[in-house]
Amino acid sequence: MTAADTHRAILAVWRIEQPRLITSLARMLRDVPLAEDLTQEALMAALEHWPATGVPEKPGAWLMASAKNRAVDHLRRGRMLARKHDVIAADLEEEQQAVPDFDSALDDDIGDEMLRLIFTACHPLLSREARAALALRMVCGLTTEEIARAFLQPAATIAQRIVRAKRTLSESGLGYETPCGDELSARLSSVLEVVYLIFNEGYTAALGEDWLSPQLCNEALRLGRVLTAIAPHEPEAFGLLALMELNASRTAARTDAQGEPILLLEQNRGLWDQLQIQRGMLALGRARELGGAGGAYALQAAIIACHARAGTADATDWPRIAALYADLAAIAPSPIVELNRAVAVGMAEGPEAALAIVDRLVREPVLKTYHLLPTVRGDLLHKLGRHEEARAAFEAAAALTGNKREHDLLKRRAAEAASAARSS
Amino acid sequence: MRFMFIVKSVHSGPPTPELMEAMHKLADREIKAGRMLDNGGLMPLATGAQVQVADGKLSVIDGPFVEAKEVVGGYAIFELPGKEEALASAKEFMQLHKDLMPGWEGICELRAFATKMS
Repeated sequence: MTAADTHRAILAVWRIEQPRLITSLARMLRDVPLAEDLTQEALMAALEHWPATGVPEKPGAWLMASAKNRAVDHLRRGRMLARKHDVIAADLEEEQQAVPDFDSALDDDIGDEMLRLIFTACHPLLSREARAALALRMVCGLTTEEIARAFLQPAATIAQRIVRAKRTLSESGLGYETPCGDELSARLSSVLEVVYLIFNEGYTAALGEDWLSPQLCNEALRLGRVLTAIAPHEPEAFGLLALMELNASRTAARTDAQGEPILLLEQNRGLWDQLQIQRGMLALGRARELGGAGGAYALQAAIIACHARAGTADATDWPRIAALYADLAAIAPSPIVELNRAVAVGMAEGPEAALAIVDRLVREPVLKTYHLLPTVRGDLLHKLGRHEEARAAFEAAAALTGNKREHDLLKRRAAEAASAARSS
Repeated sequence: MRFMFIVKSVHSGPPTPELMEAMHKLADREIKAGRMLDNGGLMPLATGAQVQVADGKLSVIDGPFVEAKEVVGGYAIFELPGKEEALASAKEFMQLHKDLMPGWEGICELRAFATKMS
């Protein structure tokens, strides 16, 4: 084994053990940023010792003992500061008597601690970017370098973001507790937002050349699965998981051999991952059972589920998709959702009904520079035989897109419309 | 990366209750951690069958079976960042066998799924 192999092997063990380490320490210290510092120290100790001694038979127990010792030391140092800490330290020493072994490690149900940890890492006090970095670091066990590579940012930037976020958490004097009642759902949406941000970062980047980006999708999926396991009564957590599983199921079909994107309706459905689709459908079913069919994530998942269920593009249930977009527009009104609804209506009812919706969107300021609006409009006009107007719409769309491949395609469609206009 | 773990052993008997319990706990932890997508134990070969192609002929072997050297006893499917994580995970799983079922011998084979290409 080379030194680099050993290093990777240690990080692999670390990723498995880290959630239990940080949640145990956070419970002892009632301080997440500090718990994170001390678990990192335990990792550093492993990276220092294991290359010489080999990875121990029970690496989890080694890391736990190392981390707990640090926590005890820390509390001892602060013994004079507060009597409360004295009591905690005494408890700790008792706990230390029973050296954690592997089997009891499996007995630890860390669900509640994990939830507390995730809520802390994704606290609304922090920016979305900071929440994403902290979640990847504290919940997924990624190193600063790995997070930096995944977000295509310099490591120093991410390191600074993490340090600042931890300082904000430390200085805010937040209690180490699980929010409840109304606060829970507000805090949960702050968590879900971050998970979805991490997923989309990976999903969008997957169309580029970065081979690391699938890691972000996978970590987001993993976070989604963790959330549904530890918060099994939250429909939107299941809705988001369904949305991510169903979107990720198309990964292999999304690009051609040259890495060029393939549109959903033109994808080879044989390449869609059936295991993942099944998991997405299960999660969506669970969201509905919990009364969450109308949630924003569940509705988006239900739309993707319509595609996943269709054996061929022609078999797509467009009326249902159009209805789901209408539901989505009702709870989260947005011109982009409305444009998507127009496309579905066009497929379900024909171009005339769709064009009526699109024409209402033309004056929307946020869509002024959005090339998909004239693209959709051009397509509908073309289908209605209004070729000259279609040509103008495609030209306008071509001028707006920043993507060369798309620009060329739109130019071709403009030329087709022009020739259709001449011959009609 | 998606991996399949295949456990093979010459032992055909059931695991000890201690091992069974520990495996359940490990599986539960791995599912809750979002890493394990699926798992299952397999019934003995005697209750299954083999369909074979040999010498250009297709035949069904429905027992009795000559006891094979190693029989697949179970599988699990994981979604993991890479082979190192798969190795760490398989070692943890096999350590349970070593600790909780003395005398047991076997192999956990880990195999990455081939990537689908469009």
